[in-house]
Amino acid sequence: MSLLVLNGVGKRFDNGTEALSGLSFSVADGEFVSLLGPSGCGKSTALRLIAGLIATDSGAITWSSTRPELGFVFQEPTLMPWADALTNARLPLDLKNILRADADARAIHALARMGLKDSAGAYPRELSGGMKMRVSIARALAAEPKLLLMDEPFAALDEPSRQALNDDLKRLAREDGMTVIFVTHSVMEASYLSDRVLVMSARPGRIAAEIPLPSGERDRLSAAFAESQRRVAQALLEAA
Amino acid sequence: MTRAFNILLPLALGIAILAIWEWTVAARHIPVYVLPAPSAIARALAANFPSLMASLLATLTVTLEGFVAALVAGVGLAIAFSQSRMTERALYPYAVVLQVTPVVAIAPLILIWIGYDHINAALALIAALVAFFPILSNTILGLKSADFNLVDLMRLYGASRWQILWRLRLPTALPYLLGAMKIAGGLSLIGAVVAEFVAGSGTATGLAWRIVEAGNRLEIATMFAALLLLALLGIVIFAVFSLLEWMLLRRWHESVLRAQE
Repeated sequence: MSLLVLNGVGKRFDNGTEALSGLSFSVADGEFVSLLGPSGCGKSTALRLIAGLIATDSGAITWSSTRPELGFVFQEPTLMPWADALTNARLPLDLKNILRADADARAIHALARMGLKDSAGAYPRELSGGMKMRVSIARALAAEPKLLLMDEPFAALDEPSRQALNDDLKRLAREDGMTVIFVTHSVMEASYLSDRVLVMSARPGRIAAEIPLPSGERDRLSAAFAESQRRVAQALLEAA
Repeated sequence: MTRAFNILLPLALGIAILAIWEWTVAARHIPVYVLPAPSAIARALAANFPSLMASLLATLTVTLEGFVAALVAGVGLAIAFSQSRMTERALYPYAVVLQVTPVVAIAPLILIWIGYDHINAALALIAALVAFFPILSNTILGLKSADFNLVDLMRLYGASRWQILWRLRLPTALPYLLGAMKIAGGLSLIGAVVAEFVAGSGTATGLAWRIVEAGNRLEIATMFAALLLLALLGIVIFAVFSLLEWMLLRRWHESVLRAQE
């Protein structure tokens, strides 16, 4: 069952740039979908449209019922530098005026799931890049989102941090039954994380190819995984 | 070692300058009404200590009243501007006009309008006018510097405008505001001194008035003593705001963290 459907969505910015044209795809409940494409093809714009941060110029985004609770993770950790990790993770709950004790418990639980229970009192400047991104994800998890939107969240990280976060994200999405739409430039990342990869064309972006990937555990060193990557890379080359 | 050096170096320089000054005045027999020696200034300070302290208190009161008025008006208006572009477009040009108009030129008008019966209110208003604009302009800049992605994130989580203001825009503006407060603290002292000069003797009782009065009596050492107290007051105001800045920013802001490295 589709959680959301984008049908012929188009977006043109005030400066005349046509970011998206006729973008159509659907995302099933509990699915992990990656949006892959060349720079400037409108991947981030598509995420912002889904989040309702900007409005579509044409087409429609429809939800299976009411819009579910959303979480958003940006490319940068986007933390409040004046607040410690716990306060940052608690932000969505504070904005909903949830009781401090409950909010603290949920935020600490989210931090613990990201391996940061002992860093709750640390300020962003005291954390590494990978840890900051973990706080950012914990903040999204604290809101208990049904749909998690992630905009190249691991692009700035070193490879070991990136792989560790990929493993954690995959586990969390599975445990929570979360639907994830994940924007990335990385063929390996998309192939490792996703149930399905949507390859977008150059601007104005639309879906150029759709690649379902085999279900089950993935071994980064296996031949099957290499074959998945090859298929995704091939589609990306053709779309560009 | 470096910290001690940073304190001792300017201290040693100051002592050396005072010694040269004292020696030069004595060796060249410079009259006290032209340039009093530091020892003469110290004696004048001791002799007039109670009255100079009363004047210092008067100037400090006007300075603080002016500063608080400028702070409330500057931050309040900046918040109003950040919440309504129309308000900003309507009022900001007048704030600029206020800034570029020399306060010495409008001070007599303010004294007439408010009246010599309420001289301290008039002096505080003049001090506030001088200190107001840096607070307004810096706070506006700070409020507008909030991370766009964080604004989007808060909107996504259903934050109201006031929640975004309180939880994001004001903390973002804090370093800008604290920087402005250091400038405005000194400016409100300058405004208070200018206001006392304009108000003239018989009404004002602050240090500026004591300088004018001592000058008229050719008590140059007392003039220097009052000047010294004004300079010390300015330093204390700057130090207090620097300390406040350090206390509020020390855990997270680059400007303080870099300075500590």
